[in-house]
Amino acid sequence: MSTQAPSVRGFTLPSYERPTGLHPPLASPGYRATELRAPRRPLVVLPHRLTEITGPLLGAERVTPADADLTTQHAGEPLGERITVTGRLLDGDGRPVPDTLIEIWQANAAGRYAHAVDNHPAPLDPNFSGAGRCMTDSAGKYRFVTIKPGSYPWRNHPNAWRPAHIHFSMLGRAFPQRLVTQMYFPGDPLFSQDPIFNSIPDPKARERLIARFDLGLTQPDWALGFEWDIVLRGTGATAVQRAEDHR
Amino acid sequence: MTAGLTPSQTVGPFMAIALPWLDGPFVVPEGTPGAIEITGRLLDGAGLPVPDGLIETWQADPDGRFAHPDDPRGAAEPAEAAFRGFGRCPTGPDGGYRIVTLRPGPLPTVKGEGEAGGGTEAPHLDVSVFARGMLDRVVTRIYFCDEQEANAADPVLAAIADPDRRATLIATVETGGPPGEFRFDIRLQGARETVFFDV
Repeated sequence: MSTQAPSVRGFTLPSYERPTGLHPPLASPGYRATELRAPRRPLVVLPHRLTEITGPLLGAERVTPADADLTTQHAGEPLGERITVTGRLLDGDGRPVPDTLIEIWQANAAGRYAHAVDNHPAPLDPNFSGAGRCMTDSAGKYRFVTIKPGSYPWRNHPNAWRPAHIHFSMLGRAFPQRLVTQMYFPGDPLFSQDPIFNSIPDPKARERLIARFDLGLTQPDWALGFEWDIVLRGTGATAVQRAEDHR
Repeated sequence: MTAGLTPSQTVGPFMAIALPWLDGPFVVPEGTPGAIEITGRLLDGAGLPVPDGLIETWQADPDGRFAHPDDPRGAAEPAEAAFRGFGRCPTGPDGGYRIVTLRPGPLPTVKGEGEAGGGTEAPHLDVSVFARGMLDRVVTRIYFCDEQEANAADPVLAAIADPDRRATLIATVETGGPPGEFRFDIRLQGARETVFFDV
């Protein structure tokens, strides 16, 4: 227990970059459910103080290596195209984000989630739950084995279909790095009509949610390989600057 | 802006198959001496419950310290070993959530973004709200109604001029209710829309 906290005089806290025009506007009329859930008042800028430059460094205690393989969670194998999804979790300064929790969830190959609220008349797969998690390694790398999720209809607009996607949740190393997003697959014909994908204002930023198919990562006679890097906000500081700040 | 940052997307309606943890709402185990409970509802612009949301909290320990190396005072292990600092609770059919935790301590302000340092932040929790229909999380803060003096000196609260707006950030105790049971509703829209932060 600390009775006398060390002095903070002379320190300068890092602050995480504040990207403009990166994330979708909360009010995106094309996605109807935003109408009653997007705050109407302007956000108040919160300078980054101690609560914001820190964050939960946890997850390893609740993850086993088997959690990263969504094809081996049941007695049999799930139906669908077996895939691997690998990549690196980085920050905006190009540094890896190591030892942080990634959680994923997805529909099965038929486009149905193992969730009571999903009433899409596509079959459930008794061998697929659709949830996985892993910790990034010391180089920020992650790897999942799963099956390619199917597309599915939803009621946003007439004949609306979601492009195939895997949901990704990252804790990051500090509160501003917390991110939940979706990974898409290259060449999906449903992109043009999807208001969630298109809610991202910058087309180049949208493209960054699309994984890259890689024949080199594809395991012969076993699984298609996809690669997707995720980049969380950085502080803009080099390692040297940080050391100086903390001197 | 650094090129190449990954944009946000909604958690969608089915995050419950992955994100809730059995122990998520318990920043400390129930029954821990000194534990407090924060409950509330997540409400949409029609005043209706949001039943498919996720509330996350992050906070200092009772000594005002963090188990994190970027805290310039150094990473600190909490006196209560089971204290996790982080809470996560899905909202129920009534939009309700519940977090069991310890009261965070006050924090020194440190020179940094928009801050000269030398002051004190009142005890608070940072809160992230995720839901279907929300393309990015929204962030708010929970302060405590029985910390009036500290709240009056808090730089974040001070920056919000309208007292009615400021009040949306303060967890309340039911009149005559048990101590240590706080109420904090989150209103995404409407006359009493909660203050949300650009973090």
